[in-house]
Amino acid sequence: MNVAGLYNYWIVILLMMTGFYVVISSGNLVKKIIGLNLFQASVFILYISMGKVMNGAVPILREGVTTYSNPLPHVLILTAIVVGVATTALGLALVVRIREAYGSVEEDDIHRQDESL
Amino acid sequence: MRDNPVLRIVAKIIIPVILLFALYVQFHGDFGPGGGFQAGVIFAAGFILYGLVFGTEALRNAIPPGLLRFVIALGLVLYAGVGATTMLLGSDYLAYGALAHDLIGGQHLGIFLVELGVGITVSAVIVTIFLAFAGRNDP
Amino acid sequence: MISAQLPALQVVVPLLAAPLCLVLHRPFAAWLLTFVVSGISLLVSVALLGQILEQGVIDYTFGGWAAPFGIAYHIDFANAYVLLIVTAISTVVSIFAKRSVASEIEAHSQGLFYTAWLLCLTGLLGITITGDAFNLFVFLEISSLSSYVLIAMGNDRKALTAAYQYLIMGTIGATFILIGIGLLYMLTGTLNMLDMAQRLVAVADSRTARTGFAFLTVGLGLKIALFPLHLWLPNAYAYAPSAVSAFLAATATKVAVYVLLRFMFSVFGIDFALGAMPLSTMLVVLGSVAVLSASTVAIFQHNLKRMLAYSSIAQIGYLVLGVSLATPAGLTATLLHLFNHALMKGALFLALGCIAWRLGSVRLGDLGGLGYRMPWTMGVFVIGGLSLIGLPLTAGFISKWYLVLAAVERGWWPVVLIIIAGSLLAVIYVWRVIETAYLGKTKEAVSGTEAPLSMLVPAWLLAIANLYFGMHTELSAGIASQAAMVLFGGQP
Repeated sequence: MNVAGLYNYWIVILLMMTGFYVVISSGNLVKKIIGLNLFQASVFILYISMGKVMNGAVPILREGVTTYSNPLPHVLILTAIVVGVATTALGLALVVRIREAYGSVEEDDIHRQDESL
Repeated sequence: MRDNPVLRIVAKIIIPVILLFALYVQFHGDFGPGGGFQAGVIFAAGFILYGLVFGTEALRNAIPPGLLRFVIALGLVLYAGVGATTMLLGSDYLAYGALAHDLIGGQHLGIFLVELGVGITVSAVIVTIFLAFAGRNDP
Repeated sequence: MISAQLPALQVVVPLLAAPLCLVLHRPFAAWLLTFVVSGISLLVSVALLGQILEQGVIDYTFGGWAAPFGIAYHIDFANAYVLLIVTAISTVVSIFAKRSVASEIEAHSQGLFYTAWLLCLTGLLGITITGDAFNLFVFLEISSLSSYVLIAMGNDRKALTAAYQYLIMGTIGATFILIGIGLLYMLTGTLNMLDMAQRLVAVADSRTARTGFAFLTVGLGLKIALFPLHLWLPNAYAYAPSAVSAFLAATATKVAVYVLLRFMFSVFGIDFALGAMPLSTMLVVLGSVAVLSASTVAIFQHNLKRMLAYSSIAQIGYLVLGVSLATPAGLTATLLHLFNHALMKGALFLALGCIAWRLGSVRLGDLGGLGYRMPWTMGVFVIGGLSLIGLPLTAGFISKWYLVLAAVERGWWPVVLIIIAGSLLAVIYVWRVIETAYLGKTKEAVSGTEAPLSMLVPAWLLAIANLYFGMHTELSAGIASQAAMVLFGGQP
């Protein structure tokens, strides 16, 4: 198995698991969103690195170039990044509202307040 | 930060440059790297800098939230409107070829308008998000 | 001319209406636009179904780019059927929404509420109609993001935490789907689902294909709220505004089930999905546990919206059981239940919306004697409840009957027992409500009687639909079986 040659996948897996772990383990609502961002970023790298063609040039039409990298994954991930920004903004907006309603951004605190009612 | 003359003067010098660069990225997107998403975010960055230095109140005076809402809708309508126009001209949705006499010219015009719509909406949305967070505790 | 453009119009009309709604901003104008656009979408989907009945399938390409390269819409019986469910529910519930939303949401955010509603509708229709895997992801996120907003608009502060939890779980699910699509794209070099299906045949026996399939299944499992990935659902439905609970419960999970079916049957193919991968065994176990455990938990709920939410998880169990049978009969039962469950849950949530409008609460303890004070509302609830149990002459009976027949055909007797046990548990939790409403003590100092007509009429429309489709099955079962045939790769 070619470990070093597939280093982009190792980075993806490392980032993905780090992000996923933060989402699951952290009790802080803001940190959860940061973890979610990391998790999504790993997928962006997965897509972008798969678009690279060996010895491929920048995908802008030029004379004397025959091999281009695949631009499609980049375009796809541009959309996914926008979706990610929207998700982050919405998530943080919810955290602001939660903080105003509960006075806390810690999951345990919020849980306790809901149960004491 | 309103009291700091260095920040104020530098911001006033940089903001027009940022906006100009955004327009370059927007309109050069037809020929090289660039396009509506990037340009929209850069354009919004100019406004956000203004808001950071002069306060969200001043930014709100410069572009009222009602106007922002209208601009968000405008960009979307421009984008969807191009598609609707091609449908009215008897082609499929977003078949740019129908917009001009020849295919290349039509595609040029179509992509130009669609990217413009994207740029307008993205910049307005980013400024709205900034105001929603930074200006939340404004009176 | 217009008939050829219907596939695009189905998505473009609500998409264009959303920014208009944002500009209009006035509650009444925004509501009217939402209602009219839902109605137009319903007409479009009926027309599409008509075209499908005539010519089988419809292909539509965007921007004039031919199929494997551009984004293409590919519509057959299965999509057209789900499109009809989504648009019909959106139309009926939007009539109801006017008074309900006016009482639950502040006037200055109602314009935004309807904008989010239209975007959610756009997303759901887009997911269903598209034939492009990445386009599907984008529409999925459009519908998810707008549904988080809709849920967060509930007037209890718990709505915020519910929406947040849904956002986290939903985004993880969507990202899993994105990974799955990415792996498939790496393997096949195409995003068009039909093209992907053809190219997958040669490379199906690879680890990448299996991993992609696993990611897609888990991601969609989160969106469907398949047991044990259902934790976001009860709170989300319980604290959302009444109209949103009805709309999402009847459409959102249905569309996700459709996507799962589309990937399992149309992209990967039945031999891979249920043969090479052990999905059938997994689904039958998870489905059975979902039916039994969620129904049991529903019995102990005091908040009725929460009770119905748990019941939804149980119903998803039935849907999954139908799929796990891996026969055309089982799939027909699933598709039929998709439709019937939308009708019964729509009716039940609308009835609860009427109760919430009158009482400001949907707790079981507050319902005493309500059957005499709000006879029409409780009538809807009783019909919906009976349908949920699966009593003969209601729509719920038909789908359970098909499901039992399909299980018997395969000789899976334990599944039959589980279906019957689930129905008995449903009897208990529905009966608790009926008992309190008709035999319980009336609380003093409560004035007022029925909900307004604009809320009762849509609720009764769905209740009558429950009875109609319980007696006349040609339409629903006919289309469902043809859709199942299409998914199985046969000719309708």
